[in-house]
This record gives sequence, structure tokens and C-alpha cells, in this order.
Amino acid sequence: MGEPSAAGRFGDFGGRFVPESLVPACQELEDAFRAAWVDPAFRAELDDLLHYYAGRPTPVTICRQLSKELGITLMLKREDLTHTGSHKINNVLGQALLAKRMGKRRFIAETGAGQHGVASATAAALLGLDCVVYMGEVDVHRQELNVFRMKLLGAEVISVTSGARTLKDAINDALRDWVASVETTYYCIGSVVGPHPYPFMVRQFQRVVGDEAREQCRELLGGSVPDFVVACVGGGSNAAGTFAGFADTDARLVGVEPEGGAANGRGIAGVVHGMRSNFLQDEAGQIEEAHSISAGLDYPGVGPEHAYLSAIGRATYESVGDAEVLDAFRRLSSTEGILPALEPAHALAWIFRACDSGEIPSGSTVLMTLSGRGDKDVAEIMEILG
Amino acid sequence: MSDRIMGPLEECLRAQRDRGRKLIVPYITGGLDDEWTEVISALAVAGADAIEIGIPFSDPVMDGPVIQEASVRALERGTTPQSVIAELSRTQVGVPLVVMTYVNLVAHAGFHRMAKTLRDANVAGVILPDLPLDEAGEWMSEAAAAGIDAVQLVAPTTPDERLARICEASRGFVYAVGLLGVTGERTELANSSLVIAQRCKDETTTPVLVGVGVSNPEQAVAICSVADGVVIGSALVRRLLDGQGAEGAAGFIGEIRAALDSRW
Ligand SMILES: Cc1ncc(COP(=O)(O)O)c(C=O)c1O
Repeated sequence: MGEPSAAGRFGDFGGRFVPESLVPACQELEDAFRAAWVDPAFRAELDDLLHYYAGRPTPVTICRQLSKELGITLMLKREDLTHTGSHKINNVLGQALLAKRMGKRRFIAETGAGQHGVASATAAALLGLDCVVYMGEVDVHRQELNVFRMKLLGAEVISVTSGARTLKDAINDALRDWVASVETTYYCIGSVVGPHPYPFMVRQFQRVVGDEAREQCRELLGGSVPDFVVACVGGGSNAAGTFAGFADTDARLVGVEPEGGAANGRGIAGVVHGMRSNFLQDEAGQIEEAHSISAGLDYPGVGPEHAYLSAIGRATYESVGDAEVLDAFRRLSSTEGILPALEPAHALAWIFRACDSGEIPSGSTVLMTLSGRGDKDVAEIMEILG
Repeated sequence: MSDRIMGPLEECLRAQRDRGRKLIVPYITGGLDDEWTEVISALAVAGADAIEIGIPFSDPVMDGPVIQEASVRALERGTTPQSVIAELSRTQVGVPLVVMTYVNLVAHAGFHRMAKTLRDANVAGVILPDLPLDEAGEWMSEAAAAGIDAVQLVAPTTPDERLARICEASRGFVYAVGLLGVTGERTELANSSLVIAQRCKDETTTPVLVGVGVSNPEQAVAICSVADGVVIGSALVRRLLDGQGAEGAAGFIGEIRAALDSRW
């Protein structure tokens, strides 16, 4: 997965569709990111934080029971074991260091499940930034525990009451904040979405997942790459980071979306949140609400690079329903002793289905990114399962 | 400049400006209620020089709480781009009509088709606040081909060299965003309004209108000491949300008209 064009495009997708007030800020951010990314001192500081603070590298675990039951080799890239419990920390540490480097002290973020919000609040606490997190009112209720965690970490959480009151609306309000505060504020987007350079930059900060996994798979598989590389897709950051490590191999790349938020599956091209990509929309072009059991995948769009990978056929995008996801959640918990977050349980649900149908032939090697741990979802699941 | 093609909006605004009049462009949300087209007629009578009609979008990132609420109300009534445009085509009030919406609704229909549809409905100009200059090429040529003025925006953060390019590219008028922020009423006039207006006036002979945060006659007068006119949005829409209707809207814009006319 290479560089976007000078205009920030991956094929037809991407770009920088923002109010004029933000255009100079996006350019400034792009310049700062590019300079930092090739600066050995910046990279060393980031690597240091990823290692000693976030706990990288994360292991790849071969599932002992499930591999046997499914007749495949199932490997999990364990982002659940990072500090704060999901891959979101990789991106946030990069962006928080960048904010400091740019001299911006106020650090704003949107969050769906709360994982990006928690990671942002964490990095802000560590680096002495003032953190404000926008979160849809619906998600504030679904993810009470994460709201409390953010507050403990010193962040201000703003409950967003516009629109559907979920992730899409939290991004809208964060953008509105940024339009007014751009001179002093850094906007830390939590996925590979938004105006250029965010989709590219966030993928670069997340590619540590795929780069590590490539090495680890080589060791585990005696030098080869997995047949399948699978990740869940909300905005698509854990998938983009994972795919980045394998895009130049023969591995089949599969992104898994929720049925009620399958922007690559059912969406059409549009322009929202600063980017041209695929979105769920009605016949007039109004953006529709996504619906899924996991707040982190409740997004009606998808990152532009995924729209591109889908268009050129390099990756395929599948979708699964809530019931399958709950089954997958339970099955991984009870067979392997790992409670996954509901988001990566989507990826696992597809793997189960594909093993059943033969789409994943027995004997295959399959790497799945376990993007986060399930602690945040336990209360919700307790309610659902009764 | 001599080969510059201008559309009906710019011709009209230049003519008014050149005879010494300060320009008022009120904004209302299309499809807000049953009488929104009557509001348009009342605004024209009250002294508007052009009228901006918002086609409501689900995700209006440039708008503050007032216009967001108006958008939600309009959408809940079943308002669509088609319904707004159809009613506009039946609404001839003697001043140019300008559509303001977000790029997704235009891209969804297709730039070429939407430009033609708007032209057929007698819409004279279009403002798309999330389509900055760098992304606007295709839209601007389709709009020009259809005879519609594609208005461009500048902001307080726009650097000089870029501001010059935007002023050169903009058709109809130059929309100078008066402050860093989304639409909404402000009690104090932002000093940045005057600064941005002056920067544009130094660059172009196209009419320069300041919008975002212009809330009352005093602020309009202050801005027009530099700018050619003002766009009045949230302050007007709030009155409509409060149920003041066409009469209240016309009264408010009439006050601003009187304040400007008494000075110039
Ligand atoms: C654990 C986990 N996985 C995945 C996601 C979805 O984000 P993305 O598609 O950017 O990886 C989230 C978002 O909150 C998450 O918390």
C-alpha cells in the first residue's frame, strides 16, 4: 500500500473536502507529519513509547482449540494486549507526539466505542495535553465504563446530541470544534478517515500491526505468509494497518463490516467527513445511520483506501450480523480463554462462516487482527444475553 | 479580467453595488415549514439583494446549532433536494436565488445534472462550503457551462496567495467567512470580519460579502464600512424557528436594510 497522490487520493477516493478554514491546517498537518515520519528522532521517540509504554510488540497467538475445530491454523494478532486494550493506542501516540511537535496543546478527538477516546485521554495525560473527547449520546450510554475511564484520565467528554448521536455525529461536532479552534487545537482522528492526510497518516501509524505480524507469521509459518489476512472494518484503521504488512504478498485480504454498516458492501461513493469514499446514503444523498451491536463499527462510511482496495479487487469486504458476532464472541471466550471486543468478533464470525462454507479451505493459514479486548463490552453483552 | 464570464448573480450584485448600495443576502433553510417560499417573497420585498436557500443535509459540518436544528426539522418534514428545487422553480421574486448546500447532495445527483437542474429552476448561484478551491475544478466548470455562479469561500486562516486565487476563481460574489467557526449568532462582531473583508477588497472587484456571525443591524453597518455586503443566516433562521414567520423575517431584514441605507 503506497502513497496517495499529491491531492491525497487513492484512485478516485480520498481528497480534502473541508471548509476553507481547515484547508491550511490540513496542509500544515501533512507537512508536519511528513517531516516527522522521516525524522529519526521522532521515530525513535515513538518506537520507545510503543515499546515501553504501550507494550509492543504484541504477540501472535495460535489458537489451539479453534484451529483444531476448524481444520485451519488460526493466528490472532493480539492488539487486545496493548496498554488501553486496543490498536487505537498506536495511532494516538503518533498523533499526540505530532501535536506536541506542532506546538498545539489542545487535543480533541471523537470516539465511538470509547477506545479511541480512552487512548487519546491516555496519551494526553502522558504528554501534558488538554484533551476533549466528542462522543455520541447513544454511545455515552452504551459505553459508560469508557466514559468514566476518560474522565479519570483527565479528559472532558462532550455528549453529542445531534443527528443519530453516534460516531458519525461525534466526528461532525469534532470538526465543528476544529473549524473554530484550529489555530490552537490538534484534531486526533481515530481511524483512516477524514481529509488528507489523515487516512494516509493513520494507516502509517497503524502499520506497525501489519509489519510486526508479517515477521511473526514468517517465524510461525516457517517463512511463508498466511493464506488469509482478516480484520474488522469500522473506519478501517486496524484493517489498514494489518493489510499494509501483507499487501505486497499473495495473502487474501478480507475486511469484515457489520451488516448494518457495510459501507463497502452496500454503500455508494459520496463525500462526507472531508473524504470521497463509500457511504450508506438514501436516494437523495443523505447519509444514513449505521446499526450494529458494536459502537466501534457504527459508522456509515469507510476509509478511502479501503474503498480503493475494494475497487481494484486487492481486498474483499464481507459483512456479518449481530447474532453471528455474539456466537463468535462466546466461542472465542470459552475455547481459547480470550474475551474479544465486539468489533474483532466480527472478523472472527466471518472466519467461522467461511470455514463452514469452504471459502476458507481446510488446511489454510489465517491471520486475524484481534483489535481489542472485550472488557468494555461485557456489561452490554450481559444485558443482551440476560 | 476582461474575458471573465459572469453569471446572472454576479451581474446583478455588481450593478447594485456599483450604484452605491450595500448588499444583503439573507439565508433560510429550504423546506423548513409550509410557508418557506412565502418567506422568500417577503425577504425580497424587505430589501434583500439575493436570497440564499439552504438545501438541508444530514451532516452539515459548517453549521452551528440553529441551522442544524432547521435542517433536522426540514428533513423530518420529508424535504429533499428535489422538493426544494421544484418549489424554487415556482418562486420568482425578482432577485437572484442562490442555493447553499453540501457537496455530497450535488455529487450524488452528478455535477453535470445538478447544474442543469438548478439552472432550469432559475437558480443563479451555488455555495458549497465543503468544496474548497482545490477540489472544486469539475464543479466550477459544470456550473459555468450551465450559467450558474459557483461562489467560493475564504476564511481568516486563508493565506494571502491562496486568497488571491480564490477571489479570482469565485463567481457571483466572494463569500468571506468572518470568523473562525461555524454558523451561529454572536453578540460581538469579530474583528476578523473586517480584516478578511479588507483583504478580499484589496484583491478583487467581485462583490465581497461577509457571512457567519453577522447577527444584527449594527454589525452589518460595521462590516459594510469595508465589505460590499453581508450574509445573514442564523439570526434570521432563529426567528423562523421561533415562529415569527414571513412577517418577522421581513421585519428583521427590513431593519438591516434601513440601517445600511441610512449610511450609504
Ligand atoms: C477494538 C476495536 N476494533 C475496531 C474498531 C474499529 O475501528 P477501525 O475500523 O478504525 O479499526 C474499534 C473502534 O472503536 C475498536 O474499539
